[in-house]
Amino acid sequence: MTRITDSKRASRDLNVDQHREMLRRMLRIRLFEERAASLRSRLVGAMHNSVGQEAEIVGACMAVRDDDYMTGNHRSHGHPIGKGVALAPLMAELFGKQTGLCHGRGGSMHLAAFSAGSLGESGIVGSLMPVAVGAGLSSRLRGTDQVCLCFFGDGAANCGPFHESLNLAAIWGLPVIFLCENNGYALFTPQTRTTSVIDIAKRACAYNIPGVVADGQDVLAVYDCVAAAVARARSGEGPTLIEAKTYRYCEHQEFGEEFQAPRYRSEAEVAAWRKRDPIELFVNDLIGRALLSRAEVEQMRAAVEAEVEGAVVFADSSAVPEPDALMEYLYC
Amino acid sequence: MPQITYLEAAKSAIVAAMRRDPHVFVMGEDVQGFYYSDVLQEFGPERIRDTPISEAGFIGAGIGAALTGMRPVIEAAFSTFLYSAMDQIVNQAAKSRYMFGGQASVPIVVRSSVAYGAGLAAHHSDRPWGIFAQIPGLKIIVPTTPYDIKGLLKTAIDDNNPVLCFEDAALGEVSGEVPDHEYQVPFGAADTKRVGSDVTVVAIAGCVDRSLQAARVLEHESISVEVIDPRTLVPLDRGAIVQSVRKTGRLVVVDPAPGMCSVASEIAALVSEEAFAYLRAPVQRLTAPDVPVPFSPQLEGVMYPTAEGIAAAVRATCNYSRRNPTAACAPAPLPAALR
Ligand SMILES: Cc1ncc(C[n+]2csc(CCOP(=O)(O)OP(=O)(O)O)c2C)c(N)n1
Ligand SMILES: [Mg+2]
Repeated sequence: MTRITDSKRASRDLNVDQHREMLRRMLRIRLFEERAASLRSRLVGAMHNSVGQEAEIVGACMAVRDDDYMTGNHRSHGHPIGKGVALAPLMAELFGKQTGLCHGRGGSMHLAAFSAGSLGESGIVGSLMPVAVGAGLSSRLRGTDQVCLCFFGDGAANCGPFHESLNLAAIWGLPVIFLCENNGYALFTPQTRTTSVIDIAKRACAYNIPGVVADGQDVLAVYDCVAAAVARARSGEGPTLIEAKTYRYCEHQEFGEEFQAPRYRSEAEVAAWRKRDPIELFVNDLIGRALLSRAEVEQMRAAVEAEVEGAVVFADSSAVPEPDALMEYLYC
Repeated sequence: MPQITYLEAAKSAIVAAMRRDPHVFVMGEDVQGFYYSDVLQEFGPERIRDTPISEAGFIGAGIGAALTGMRPVIEAAFSTFLYSAMDQIVNQAAKSRYMFGGQASVPIVVRSSVAYGAGLAAHHSDRPWGIFAQIPGLKIIVPTTPYDIKGLLKTAIDDNNPVLCFEDAALGEVSGEVPDHEYQVPFGAADTKRVGSDVTVVAIAGCVDRSLQAARVLEHESISVEVIDPRTLVPLDRGAIVQSVRKTGRLVVVDPAPGMCSVASEIAALVSEEAFAYLRAPVQRLTAPDVPVPFSPQLEGVMYPTAEGIAAAVRATCNYSRRNPTAACAPAPLPAALR
């Protein structure tokens, strides 16, 4: 498997503003999801949060352009926030409002923001991986240099579309970056019980493409890996499989208070991962390198908090979809 | 007008679209070496794209391409292979536009061959339009003539919604008059193949021709049969069917697919809701029995509606009287074991 050597670290060229934007997006994901979780009892449906995984999401998203494509999965809020989508329509979608990103037709698991290149999240594990390949194929056929960033979980690495997608992208040399968010579990089942390899990136060799393992708690490490894969993809050298080792602190989804989750992981394990919190790690790094002061971090946090509150007010005060418009958006 | 086959007419629609619009491309197994070999040089291997045997992969890739500005035509070979890509067709192609609140459109055409009655047995012989008609967001076309398939495929390629095209393999080599130029056959417009006054027969796919044969026989018995080919099942030309039954007062629906929750059932329900007062006899459905397609020709041979069976059902419908309701109701002409 490939490792990124120091001289190839694209993050060395990031300026102060880009570092701050990374932190801001990580905070947006964290605070948005914590606030959404606090509203759990008011909202219907599923809500899969990615608290703990912010570094791999933002590191990857910051390494692609605004006009690049992205596909996601059920753990769905972080991806569009990472891609730069505004919080208010996102929150309104969780509320099922007409002002939501998808006008209340999608909800948490089916967010999309086509204007930001987000081609959709998905309630079906693995389902969007072939779609990501198609976005890459489309770039190639239309003669653009857009790439597609395809997020999926460790659980998805065991489904058919994973294998079909990697093979298709490989034989056609398509500009797709497959980003496996390996948080160690698929629902309550540990990866070790379901998967033939420890490092999912190893599977890349079966498709004759590079496979890279990244520290998913280190936003710059993920950025470096994805930036290298994007450069490869844009220059026509084809896809890369990147596996970000990460962890979700929260439960598989916000089940609500009445649900008793089975004991499938130890508190010690959660605590150990919390010690490598991606936001804390990055804040310390930024302060250590004098790119940001502690006071500026607090200012940024307060600003994001206000943004999240604004999103909640917007969502709360927005109109619900008209029942008469049930059939709207079905056909063009 | 030139005479060409159904399959040639289909290809001429696709080739014309590819010449006109660089976003149209074809993708499927063995397309370069087989059906499109004569235009491979013109369009090149990028636009006549051979795929591995990865139905979920390449149909999904077609959806991704469609979401981002391309207009793929997928060659899916046999209709049963669509099941390998069921998630992509149902969860992504059909639902993306709706669940993303109108942000997306999926202008993809998926062609597949419906090859029943050919000894191919259970894994290659399904007539699955009824399954897909249950999926809001898809459009479904079932062309039955060379003229129709060329015009319907042009409409399908120009349409911004996902379209499944089911092609009765028995029609593939049938020739007919087809204009050289491009033209559209609109969706949701049934074709009244024959005007009649006693019974309406709505027939799907290869059953259209068998119904016309039955109508010619019945003409000699002074039974006047109106034969309607819906041509597109989603959208369905409900108006044409209801109007015809209001005129004739009788309906026989002929569909080679299994009867359970079928398009035939939908048409029967439609008429019972919207033309009940006009009905002079119970609606009859002639469908395949609810059984996988068997291999033995002696078994498969009794599966599908025949011209004789259709004629018998029409006679029974015409002979129905409220005084003696059971006598005239013709059951599907099947051996008891298959019923
Ligand atoms: C095809 C399919 N099978 C099962 C599920 C139910 N399910 C939802 S999320 C999930 C676990 C997915 O694990 P992983 O891909 O690792 O993503 P994570 O939740 O860990 O982020 C399962 C089994 C589903 N949504 N789709
Ligand atoms: Mg997981």
